[in-house]
Amino acid sequence: MADRPRPFFPRVEEVVSPKGIRAYLVTERSVPFLTLALHFRAGAVLDPPDRCGLATMVAGLLDEGAGPYDSQAFRRELEDNAIRLTFDADLDGFTGTLKTLTATRDHAFDLLRLALLEPRFDPEPIERIRSQIQAELRRRESDPDYVSARAWYARAFDGHGYGRPVRGTLETIARIRREDLVGFARERLARADLAIGVAGDIGPEELAVLLDRTFGGLPERSAPVEPPPTEPRLGDTVLVPMPIPQSVVTFGRKGIARNDPDYYAATIANYILGGGGFSSRLMQEVREKRGLAYSVYTYLADVRLAPLWLGAVATSNERVARSIALVREEVARLAEGEIDDRELADAKTYLTGSFPLRLATNDQLARMLLGMMVHGLGRDYLERRNELVSAVGPEDLRRVCRRLYAGPLLVAVAGRPEGLE
Amino acid sequence: MTEAGLIPLTRSVPSAVFHPECFRLANGMEVVVVTNRRAPAVAHYVWYRVGCADSPPGKSGLPHFLEHLMFKGTKNVPPGEFSKIVARNGGNDNAFTSWDFTAYFQTIASDRLELVMSLEADRMANLDLSDEHVYPERDVILEERKQRIDNEPQALLGEAVQAAQFLHHPYRLPIIGWLHEIASYTREDAVDFYERWYAPNNAILIVVGDVDADTLRPLAERHYGPLPPRAVPPRRRVQEPPQRAARRVELADPRVRQPQLVRSYLAPSQHADPEGHSAGLEVLTELFGGGTTSRLYRSLVVEQALAAAAGAGYQPWSLDPTSLRLYATPRPGVPVDRLEAALDAEIAKLLDGGVSEDELERTKGRMLAEAVYARDSLGGVARLFGTALTTGLGIEAVEGWPQRIASVDRAAVEAAARAVFVRAHSVTGRLLPLETGSDG
Repeated sequence: MADRPRPFFPRVEEVVSPKGIRAYLVTERSVPFLTLALHFRAGAVLDPPDRCGLATMVAGLLDEGAGPYDSQAFRRELEDNAIRLTFDADLDGFTGTLKTLTATRDHAFDLLRLALLEPRFDPEPIERIRSQIQAELRRRESDPDYVSARAWYARAFDGHGYGRPVRGTLETIARIRREDLVGFARERLARADLAIGVAGDIGPEELAVLLDRTFGGLPERSAPVEPPPTEPRLGDTVLVPMPIPQSVVTFGRKGIARNDPDYYAATIANYILGGGGFSSRLMQEVREKRGLAYSVYTYLADVRLAPLWLGAVATSNERVARSIALVREEVARLAEGEIDDRELADAKTYLTGSFPLRLATNDQLARMLLGMMVHGLGRDYLERRNELVSAVGPEDLRRVCRRLYAGPLLVAVAGRPEGLE
Repeated sequence: MTEAGLIPLTRSVPSAVFHPECFRLANGMEVVVVTNRRAPAVAHYVWYRVGCADSPPGKSGLPHFLEHLMFKGTKNVPPGEFSKIVARNGGNDNAFTSWDFTAYFQTIASDRLELVMSLEADRMANLDLSDEHVYPERDVILEERKQRIDNEPQALLGEAVQAAQFLHHPYRLPIIGWLHEIASYTREDAVDFYERWYAPNNAILIVVGDVDADTLRPLAERHYGPLPPRAVPPRRRVQEPPQRAARRVELADPRVRQPQLVRSYLAPSQHADPEGHSAGLEVLTELFGGGTTSRLYRSLVVEQALAAAAGAGYQPWSLDPTSLRLYATPRPGVPVDRLEAALDAEIAKLLDGGVSEDELERTKGRMLAEAVYARDSLGGVARLFGTALTTGLGIEAVEGWPQRIASVDRAAVEAAARAVFVRAHSVTGRLLPLETGSDG
């Protein structure tokens, strides 16, 4: 019914600075600001087990005092100039975002340089950020979404870094000392692991100069720590009792590597099963036909050494068993390759037609460009991506469905479910 | 490094921001267009001037239920098909409800704009609800309430503070509704509400993106123009009596591991602002509790180390008088009483000592600079205009916002603080773990 919307892709440049710092750039002059997103391969999976949460704590402290500025002075430089600088950590990555008006661009990059190269780690902010992470951890103890996802990862990756909480525990956060933080900043943030995406009011020559000035002082390589490859342990149903009216269920299996040739077929399979909002089979079966839940969804998680396919459903305690049974049925049905051509066609028109909508702002573009560099997708990815989706045929899809969905799930439930075997 | 200093933004405050084009259809439907050619995409929004503060008695949250039912089919589009058609055309769609408005939107390639206009116009007039789709959706709302509120102690406290702050005005009602009233909704309730409020003369079309008024007008006339206007009742809500007594609510729950303190004050909105304090309040909120260099954060979190976090929030775009909220999260071992005393001391210091010219200028400069970022979004711009236009304001509230903020002086901030930070007008809320009792 729908022919494909006309294509639109911003021009991506690969900027390589004199010192060899690489960034993907989209120059967009319509609003006088830019967004820069950066990623070091220095995520929580590398945290020492007895100091897990270290990457998160460093992320909380890099923008809390650096160079000549103590914490309040640094925060004032940011806030008074409407410069937004934040850092975060996930399983694989240590990430940062810088957003600045053109008028304050040089100052903003200078603050970023100081944060990365001369963080102060003064005692007051260390204790303050420690208290903030611990307050957040205590809050999450009563958040069933967190508790259920945590239980899933802990069982799937028992004994591996992926099984430990990204933000640590009350105990490990309490244990982190200043020298741990200093050591992290010195040893784990290196140019060889750095990826950068920039979108907004800046040209390639201007950016090249700022890249050298900002990142040129980083060490070439980080301390070589490579976690072992792993796979999620599947098959169990884990229960974490919580006194709440509605249970949260996290379920999942092995996913597919970002550079696997079948990645786009897997994206389509996931869209059909649980990634497509109201168009997805799980939404139809669980919510629309039976009113069992408000939210049910699935997604591919690009975990570097153990890619995952994950989903969640939140459903009243007495309806949990029924919802999980429906999820299992739909997973099995897809594994057997029950897909009609219309579903494949609809998934393709959505995934190709909506792609440009994900490139409409500087923030979105910077994130996309960063992902392209982190996953090695190449400078021309934006132009190629829809062809990769369109090229998926029914047989590709069936093959990938067998591969992804045949076999056991790991299920984790937080709540007081009834009738769960 | 220091030469960058402060950007002298207040010297050249723009007199307009988004330059919208506005017109009205013959049936009374208002139209706002903001052109942004960056991508061949549009954000298409229809807003209705009705929200959960207009719930019929005993049916709190019914407007939000109707929002869900608007996806349940018309004479022309089968139940559940709306979103699928949008998705098949590469678009995203959703809807949201607040106390003062209900809004529906799609983001889609600009060459599909007419398609979503035809779909949205269709369900404005032709909703066709059957029991088999209405009642499972009521179960979905019950699950949504459990997910958003009942499963989250912090949300339960927020609901209790809101209900205590508004003794009489329907802002006391949770947007999603009380559990037992959700369970009482019928198909007839929803149909009555739809027929009462959903009409082109009570709706606003807002389109932002790769389109201009010349292109949009004929499309709007073709799809929305033929819908007949209907008499829509005025939004006359019961108003708050003067608050004479400070109120306190405390939620002690075995699930809670991290205590929380909330302080809410009755506050004027930009629309309901007889004494002209709302602009001063916007600046005051930022100065007192915005970000990590604000007074509250500096004092409670950095200097006294009593709190892990602290801040303030105030949304001036509300049809009737609203509230301003302060919050603080105690650090381990800090009794909530002690944190509350420190919060009160900071308020007293503000009321006694006023604000300095320097902190005022820094705050205003930051607010105006941050506003530049708002231009880089389609949906965000549509939401600004929609919120203003459904809360008794006009487009000049959006376009004139920089001037409004720039014009705030020390006297305005201090007068706003004196008018709002009145203990008798407050609600104090505490979230506590059950085992430690009421002393925190």
